[in-house]
Amino acid sequence: MDCGLTMLEIKDLHANAGDKPVLKGFTLTVKEGEVHALMGPNGSGKSTLAHVLAGRDGFTVTRGAVRYRDKDLLAMSPEDRAREGVFLAFQYPVEIPGVGNTYFLRTALNAILKHRGQPELDAKDFLDLIKAKAKVVRIGENLLSRPVNEGFSGGEKKRNEILQMAVLEPALAILDETDSGLDIDALRTVSEGVNSMRSKDRAMVVITHYQRLLDYITPDFVHVLVDGRIARSGGKELALELERKGYAGFGGPAD
Amino acid sequence: MAETLTGTEAYAAEYERVGASLPGFAALRRRAMDRFRSLGFPTGREEAWRFTDTAPVAETAFRSAAGTANPNQFAALARGPLRGCQLAFVDGRFAPAFTQLPRGLEAGSLAEALRARSPLLEPRVGTLAAFEDHPFAALNTAFFQDGALVRVRKGTVLEEPVHLLFLSSFHGDPYVTHPRILVVLEEGARATVVASFLGPAGGTYLTNAVAELDLGPGAALDYVKVQRESQAAFHFESLGARQARGAALAHHSISLGARLARNDLSTVLAGEGAECSLLGLYEVSGSQMADHHTSIDHAAPEGTSRELYKGILDGRGRAVFDGRIVVRPRAQKTNAVQTNKNLLLSKEALVQTKPQLEILANDVKCRHGATIGQLDRDTLFYLRSRGIAEAEARRLLVHAFASEIVDRVRVDAVRAQIGGCLGLLAPSQP
Repeated sequence: MDCGLTMLEIKDLHANAGDKPVLKGFTLTVKEGEVHALMGPNGSGKSTLAHVLAGRDGFTVTRGAVRYRDKDLLAMSPEDRAREGVFLAFQYPVEIPGVGNTYFLRTALNAILKHRGQPELDAKDFLDLIKAKAKVVRIGENLLSRPVNEGFSGGEKKRNEILQMAVLEPALAILDETDSGLDIDALRTVSEGVNSMRSKDRAMVVITHYQRLLDYITPDFVHVLVDGRIARSGGKELALELERKGYAGFGGPAD
Repeated sequence: MAETLTGTEAYAAEYERVGASLPGFAALRRRAMDRFRSLGFPTGREEAWRFTDTAPVAETAFRSAAGTANPNQFAALARGPLRGCQLAFVDGRFAPAFTQLPRGLEAGSLAEALRARSPLLEPRVGTLAAFEDHPFAALNTAFFQDGALVRVRKGTVLEEPVHLLFLSSFHGDPYVTHPRILVVLEEGARATVVASFLGPAGGTYLTNAVAELDLGPGAALDYVKVQRESQAAFHFESLGARQARGAALAHHSISLGARLARNDLSTVLAGEGAECSLLGLYEVSGSQMADHHTSIDHAAPEGTSRELYKGILDGRGRAVFDGRIVVRPRAQKTNAVQTNKNLLLSKEALVQTKPQLEILANDVKCRHGATIGQLDRDTLFYLRSRGIAEAEARRLLVHAFASEIVDRVRVDAVRAQIGGCLGLLAPSQP
């Protein structure tokens, strides 16, 4: 693991959600090929971190730095972060009536390919690609022609996030509570999709409230986030300890 | 040389000068002119004109179109995908060079029908589109000379859309045209009519149109109006329709051009079980203004009306939607839904929306509503987080908003053309 290059380096990050300080000195280094699980109770700052990394407005960094592949991530627009290979799987994917799922995803992929100086895909080539990827994440082809997430079930929305990840092939994937609201079957499908994406060039940060997801996605590192900073880091066994003790055992509120 | 006109009296003087030489309908024209003189140009105090300032129209010296435009400037515009079944007009005058009609189709210039004293005209002209309360309709009724006449006989189904193409030329002095459209569908006839109003950028002119649609029992008319006038032009249209028993009117109003566009659309569901669907899309930017006044008159039982108008407003663009539905005492079992939705892309844009229901029957289902909103920030972020540039993300969402209307235009070429025009006008700032 140690031989991988550093992909993401977060140092002493302080950030507000609106006016409220949420992250209070968050530090984390992620190398190529690694899968990090970030666990913590509600309000500990998990989702704020995900949003800050993706560049959502409404969140303000007050101190600290984030470097991604030796670039200042925080100085980049959301679209440039995506084009440089950062992907956020949303906890609550939005519905976009009037925008077809396939058209949306082709527009996104072509924006990224163009940024990289690679040839864009025409409608037919893209359709072949998305159909192949849809099989992997077990999304029905009928969902491809529908408007983005409109009328999708909770599980379909999460699978659609994983489909997007599979098509866009990011270098760094941040999964924000992708397990929330999923039944066991959906959880397994989503996890298989994520596992199929693991590679030595790709890093993942898996944010979750529950240990359950880690039964399916085995992390290299587990971090416990309490009150805006990492209270403890360890290997995958830390998740099991957390399961026994609860977050209270790590200085967090009783769960 | 035509006289230069400004203000009510100037048009009256012009009428005294040329009125006697106008083709047919002498009594009607005289009545309309008298009505125009007593109404005058709107002052802004009239309820129907409260938000729409027509002073620039009253104050501009519009000449009567001289008909001297060089039609060659339109060669490209006239060769669109609908050219195979097309009646074209340049500056309000029939343009045979750009006209091509399939054999057997009863369509032609109104000037010709007036000359031939077509029996179709007398019972309809001036009766379907009321001018008593509308100075611009009155003005058209006094001055009209040409336009389009389409007749579809009993039980006939026209497969191909009929394209009425009104082209306005670019030339020095501001000028006015009064085109008039009459579409007659006899019992059980079915047709699609596309009316396009086009003008080159920068042309200052006034299009003052009137359209009258007569739908016989069980007739079905799909009517698409596309207004892409010059950004310096003024566009007025009063459309009046009458629907007999079981007749179906699907009207699409796409308003993209003109400095000021005012559309008055009224339909009377005169026979039992008639249905109408009024769909509208307006996009304004810069200092454009689009005003739609619609009226649906449920005069007979078991009528159905569906109305959805959507507006996209950018820059200092302004829009008015005033939709009125009347359900007469005998129009039991009426089912009416009216909706107006607006998307504001800038802080300076302004929309006035006024849906109105007037229900005089007791066994009806009616609802109406209006919304005004902005692009959803979460949705914009979602798109950008996938690598889509902000401007492109906004364009996608504007198209998505419009798609509810655009997708229901059934003529492929027109649908594609509208899609291509949307969101091109001005780059938006959040």
